[in-house]
Amino acid sequence: MSDRAKTVLLHGGLLALLFALQFMLPAYHHGNLARVMVLASYAIGFNVLFGYTGLLSLGHAMFFAAGMYGMGLAVQVFDAAPALALVAGAGAGLVVSGVVGMLALRTAGVAFMIVTLMFAQAGYLTILYFGSYTRGDEGFVIQQAQRILWGIDLSDPTNRYFAAFALFASCLLITLWLVRAPFGKVLIAIRENEERAMMLGYDVFAHKLAAVIVSGTIAAMAGAVYGLLFGYVGASFASVQYSIFPLLWVLLGGAGTILGPFIGTLFMFYLIDLSSGITTAYMLVAGVALVALTLFAPQGLAGAVRKRIWRGLP
Amino acid sequence: MTNDSGKPSTTTRRGALKTLAAGAGAASLPLWARYAQAQTSEPIRIGFQVHRTGIGAAYGRWYDRTTTAAVDMINAAGGINGRMVEILAEDDGTDPKRGAEVVEKFANQHNCDIGFGTLFSHVVIGSAPRAGELKLPYFVVSEGHHVASGMLNRYTLQPGITDVKSQVQAMAPFVSQNLGKKVTMIFPDFAFGHDHRDYFTAAIQEQGGEVVAQIAIPPTETSFTKYFPKIPRETEVVYHVMVGPAVLTFVKELGEFFGPSRPEMFGFIDSLEAVDMASPGLEFLEGTYFWEGNPRYAQTDQSEYDKLYRTAVGVDENGASVGDPKDISTYAHMFGCWETLYVIKAGMEAAGYQGPADRAKLIEAVEAITDMPHSNEHPQGTKLFNGKTHQVFGPQYISRVTDGKLIVVHTTSIEDTMYPDEVDYTTQPL
Amino acid sequence: MEIGPYLMLASLEGAVTAAVLALTAVGLSLVFGVMRVVNVAHGEFFMLGAVLAWWITSLIGGHPALGFAVALLVVPVLVGLLAAAADMTVLKRVAYDPERTIVATIGILYILQQVTLMTYGADARPVEPPFNTRLALPWVEFVGGKLQLYWPWGLSTTSYKLAVIGAAAGVLLGVWWGMTRTKVGLLMRATQMDRDMALAFGIPVERVYALVFGLGAGLAAMAAVLIVPIQQAHYLMGGDPLLLSFIVVIIGGLGSLPGTVVAAILIGLSDGIISVFFSPTLAKILATLLVALVLVFRPQGLFGVRRA
Repeated sequence: MSDRAKTVLLHGGLLALLFALQFMLPAYHHGNLARVMVLASYAIGFNVLFGYTGLLSLGHAMFFAAGMYGMGLAVQVFDAAPALALVAGAGAGLVVSGVVGMLALRTAGVAFMIVTLMFAQAGYLTILYFGSYTRGDEGFVIQQAQRILWGIDLSDPTNRYFAAFALFASCLLITLWLVRAPFGKVLIAIRENEERAMMLGYDVFAHKLAAVIVSGTIAAMAGAVYGLLFGYVGASFASVQYSIFPLLWVLLGGAGTILGPFIGTLFMFYLIDLSSGITTAYMLVAGVALVALTLFAPQGLAGAVRKRIWRGLP
Repeated sequence: MTNDSGKPSTTTRRGALKTLAAGAGAASLPLWARYAQAQTSEPIRIGFQVHRTGIGAAYGRWYDRTTTAAVDMINAAGGINGRMVEILAEDDGTDPKRGAEVVEKFANQHNCDIGFGTLFSHVVIGSAPRAGELKLPYFVVSEGHHVASGMLNRYTLQPGITDVKSQVQAMAPFVSQNLGKKVTMIFPDFAFGHDHRDYFTAAIQEQGGEVVAQIAIPPTETSFTKYFPKIPRETEVVYHVMVGPAVLTFVKELGEFFGPSRPEMFGFIDSLEAVDMASPGLEFLEGTYFWEGNPRYAQTDQSEYDKLYRTAVGVDENGASVGDPKDISTYAHMFGCWETLYVIKAGMEAAGYQGPADRAKLIEAVEAITDMPHSNEHPQGTKLFNGKTHQVFGPQYISRVTDGKLIVVHTTSIEDTMYPDEVDYTTQPL
Repeated sequence: MEIGPYLMLASLEGAVTAAVLALTAVGLSLVFGVMRVVNVAHGEFFMLGAVLAWWITSLIGGHPALGFAVALLVVPVLVGLLAAAADMTVLKRVAYDPERTIVATIGILYILQQVTLMTYGADARPVEPPFNTRLALPWVEFVGGKLQLYWPWGLSTTSYKLAVIGAAAGVLLGVWWGMTRTKVGLLMRATQMDRDMALAFGIPVERVYALVFGLGAGLAAMAAVLIVPIQQAHYLMGGDPLLLSFIVVIIGGLGSLPGTVVAAILIGLSDGIISVFFSPTLAKILATLLVALVLVFRPQGLFGVRRA
């Protein structure tokens, strides 16, 4: 089988499976999977920058929150319809990632990590500072009546699942297309050897900036959809913790693979959920699992597949 | 795995022995018969959303102990509608995202009859939309104004603890009449602090006083002295409220800043909840005033009800754990769990609650409750429930630090805590 | 308060922050410089230092100074040993790969936090300072054309806060002496410059790494012991020191010890002084953005040299 056929089969298969699961899963896992798909979209966005371009951002929560608040404030303050609010969320992510990218990309390596971290921290504090609109850390509710998109009530479990699925499928397909397109090849070249890519005549800065914007906008879209589907907008989603999460998910699933973010998010979600049912010390279980994974599956779960089974895994 | 139902996370060996002894005592025949009869039917399953980890863990531990004590007492008296109560505890990590997931778990995985618990406002606000969609009655013990503000939904109620708006406005008459008219407020720069800022500023103006400065402290802060010079010289009263692990630093540094010449001070006990009043550096608090939701120290006129409640939870007359005098309870808040569970019991009995199909009936039954007399079920005081706003109203206590203990000097009336309705949840469909 | 005394107060407070931060950050910087790995669990070693200090002081009893002195000596060693053990069992086995080290140390972070929560609990607990006298400070003003001393309301510090600054300075001098004047320091610097060459010269690089990792954690623990009588021991207290020392290490220039110290002082003081002029949260936002922009326009840090 050709690589291309295998790729289509694998990713198409996953999407078909997720689509079919909608009709089979019990209510609890049905709800969980919807949540995981939205969070995995966030991780996919992160992976574009981290896995494919080799830039480690510690401030992605700022993009996620930009989308969430762009959407939420449009609904709350301007009484916008959900469709328009989602556009506002994505737009907020586009602008924020553009500005942050322009500044932060002047740095590299660890300095880039710190700069993004600092910008995200400033963003978090800004949400608190404008508490009269954002209700600070407490956040606000998007009421059910405000969550009806083109006549579809997004608070209904089935609709929520399909909305999450639509977001996840489009993020997955867009990035799959992107990394196989010339643009993606340049990103990978930058990751592998930035100087050589520059020498070959590629505009490295422009490509990196585009990667930041794509990554940030996908993250923002995930944030906006998350707020709309689950009816809550809050500052905790802008905190450092939520910048670390996608890094964790991506590293667990396999950085620089298309399926990695989903696998990592799903794995981490159920690791916490199941272990919290057995013991109150579930963070301990999570900690031990993380250490064990770095020892025994260093490239992440999908990375291990790529190494052992199929070298061509995108 | 049905979780560690109702086991306190802090079971000591001695505690376990005591429980065993109590169990043996309870095995005397009539009670035993009742127990056995009740155990034949399915238990009522209450999902308990608790801060076991994260910033709220110190509160969560005591919410857990209070809940366990109340459920033991309810079960020993025959349960609810002849059925035992089973607590299914899940950690929300003091995080709104996890909180919402936990609510889903209660409704869809554990098949709980209702959800109950949690304190921190952001967790409540993050979880409530899901509870509303799943039509899971969700009883919160948060003291936030979110329920009565109309932000949440018909399935979310706060019948066991008063909200910050009524607490704060009830303080203004006492402060202006006894401590001074020119107030400087110091509060955390997030929603809880903003509620204090807005409601107290308005209330003190009504009393003819004024707020001369508002100092909002960023929630990530760990050292505070640098902000205190913003307190104007003319200040007569410093009004302080702080939450989180740095509260003791905050109060200590306030003392070090003023030295021997402090103005009057009025604080919310949140600034020192779960903190030993005898901690080094707190000596300067002698003669200052605190709001208390429920008096930490057993007062000379302690009610029978408080005595029973205090003993059941395992708290001594100084508000500390019976086994460890250094382990201070969150006495001003945790009574809310006890009272809420008894409201749930009363509601379920009034509704003839049988199972999840009766959830809507339960909501209507609780909405119909008005008076809650001072009793074993309501050891903090007489309360009045407003079925339209889903919020309870009750007395507030003001205590003065005397010889290192908090002695109640003023109890507000329920009327002082009332404000006009901001929502009527009963108009929403069930 | 007038602006003059206020600035002095803010600077004093900033100096305490800076002193503790410098110790913590130098620990991180050592690990970073020599081993080229990011230790995300660094803040948890700080937290462990504070928690163990509480434990030891409450075990010993007697005069607070006695327990504190023991804690100051024993705690950094304990934490250092624990960190060295973590290095040998985990980090060595992931071959100090930068990304895997991040995940592994996040794992260690969770483990340490949860174990502390399960044993020590969720409460913030105080440690009594060995000595603590409030020192009112004077300020000068012009009265009728003449300079005159007066004592403004609230302008004060405590003897213990001054001692923290002194102790931190002492320890930092010790570290500097150790790095530049002893054989162990020489081995560390050699490993930092070129790991392979050091190996070729027979330097036991693995043992040097374990030592450095332990030393870094020990310094963080020592900083925590010093600060815990001012703040309290709490199982979540490691987050802030981690972020701040990260920033300090980068601003100071990777692996440069003097740079790290200067950056710590700069950050500590600016945090205090900016808070004089703006509302607190706005001050935090501005201070954060300032740090970010310094890096944007001087990515190698203030004192570092640009690496190829």
